Amino acid sequence: MATLTPVRPELEPGRGDAPRPGRKKTGTRRSLVRSVPLLPAIVLLAIFLLGPVISSFYGSLTDASLTGATAQSSSFVGFDNYVELFADPDFPKSVVLTLIFLIASAIVGQNVLGLGLAILMRSSNKIVRAMVGTFVVTAWVLPEIVAAFAAYAFFNDTGTINSVLALIGIEGPNWLYALPMLSVILANIWRGTAFSMLVYAAALQDVPTEITESAEVDGATGWQRLVYITLPVIRRSISTNLMLTTLQTLSVFTLIFVMTGGGPGTNSSTLPVLAYQEAFQFGKLGFGTAIATILLLVGAAFSLVYIRALKPEVD
Amino acid sequence: MGLTSPSKRSLRAVSNGVLLLITVAFAMPLVWLVLASVDTRATLSIKLPEQFSLQNFFDVLTPETAFTPLLNSLILAGGCAIITVIVSVLAAYPLSRYRMRINKPFLYGVLFGTCLPITAMMVPVYSLFVTFNLIDSTLGTTLFLAATSLPMAIYMTKNFMDSVPVSLEEAAWMDGASMMKILTGIVVPLMRPGIAVVFIFVFIGAWGNFFVPFVLLLSPDKLPAAVSIFSFFGQYGTVAYGQLAAFSLLYSVPVIGLYVLVSRGLGGASALAGAVKG
Repeated sequence: MATLTPVRPELEPGRGDAPRPGRKKTGTRRSLVRSVPLLPAIVLLAIFLLGPVISSFYGSLTDASLTGATAQSSSFVGFDNYVELFADPDFPKSVVLTLIFLIASAIVGQNVLGLGLAILMRSSNKIVRAMVGTFVVTAWVLPEIVAAFAAYAFFNDTGTINSVLALIGIEGPNWLYALPMLSVILANIWRGTAFSMLVYAAALQDVPTEITESAEVDGATGWQRLVYITLPVIRRSISTNLMLTTLQTLSVFTLIFVMTGGGPGTNSSTLPVLAYQEAFQFGKLGFGTAIATILLLVGAAFSLVYIRALKPEVD
Repeated sequence: MGLTSPSKRSLRAVSNGVLLLITVAFAMPLVWLVLASVDTRATLSIKLPEQFSLQNFFDVLTPETAFTPLLNSLILAGGCAIITVIVSVLAAYPLSRYRMRINKPFLYGVLFGTCLPITAMMVPVYSLFVTFNLIDSTLGTTLFLAATSLPMAIYMTKNFMDSVPVSLEEAAWMDGASMMKILTGIVVPLMRPGIAVVFIFVFIGAWGNFFVPFVLLLSPDKLPAAVSIFSFFGQYGTVAYGQLAAFSLLYSVPVIGLYVLVSRGLGGASALAGAVKG
């Protein structure tokens, strides 16, 4: 949020309001000329961002498919895709799986672990702090396909986690088949915690030390200081971070696709994976598009809440 | 740290212990990747190689396995970053310097765009690309990647530009310099570190993107490393873990290097997080 604030109002009234002859007539033309540099951005965004959004809404109302007769000329079918979607047992299951994935890995996992790490790092030794920072951030910086591949190896039946469990005498399950959701949730926590950790580490620096110190003098325990001082002070960071990690996790595809492929069956197909499977593996493009449209609406709803929260800072 | 009470010291010990445990958990998948890459008989489990060997790297460093895909990644990510930076510097100037009626809706639109779950949209994007006959086009994929990184890039660039003082520009303005001249001659040189951050940020995102080229590109000679690693995994994944790990490392090193460059040289580790924060 620190990055959002440097809007400097004193810059704005400068040239824009400079009195010039014929100001009224040239005013509109001047602002047209001045907005010319926005054009390339507007064109790119309109074609490649707005385009897919419109195509998504329209496509979800047609019976388009990848092969067969409907591949060439699709026809308008109204809300058939949605009706079919809600009747298909895979869809409600996928919604539930997506919710579990969001809550467990983003809202609880990444945020709690990220905040915990940020707090613990303040009262730890410098070398330990550097080590945690390095490994946690590396998991986040790695390209997603590499992270997914490393997580696949880790949770594989013959992978690291079962070797470690064997060392202490436990025979581990076949994680990716028996516990696919738990595996992808843990993998996503591993992959994404760094972001929350960095956000919270920055936020904690803004907590005034006088308040926590005086509370300590008054005899408040560490837990009380956390609940009654630190958390309320950084609540804006918490809400922003919750929103952003939720949005990021909503569109996680590669990690799940590589680790389990949505399987076994559809036991770990969150909505992005199900959209891919329906469209490209079962050839039901309209079906996949309908799922994408629903995701888009959910994402848009979250964005609106987020933007409302940021409103005073956009000017 | 002169006066530490016993309770503080034990707190410190507990913190260190917990953090070390978390570090080990987070490190294991990464350590496996490194150890497997130097082990010709790597398995999926973490183990010390019987013999240290760079053979895996030599095996994958061939034109068809590594060089072509890495070059394709460079073209996609580099092209995307260059286009994004130019377009967002252009867009940021009027947004930062003029008070126009379009600014507010544009910025809100941009902010809205940063939040859309783009990867969830690949099915309609695929249909759109089929309609425009852009499937398997490197240029089309590059432009799409640029468009998806634009909202964040415009936001970051505008914030960086806001912190460049206007006083220098005012003098040039008085001398009758054009908007483009002021932008390229004064503003851009002054915000070079900011532009570097935006460039690297976009480059890292595009370099690491798997889903977009996976859906939009088909020809094996156009596929970037992300997709070729996935195909390699599918074809030889069950035997050649070592080679796969070696290839993955080669592909990850540029991104890690750039991240270190940004976090050390260009304004602290939180620069990227701050940027992502919006």
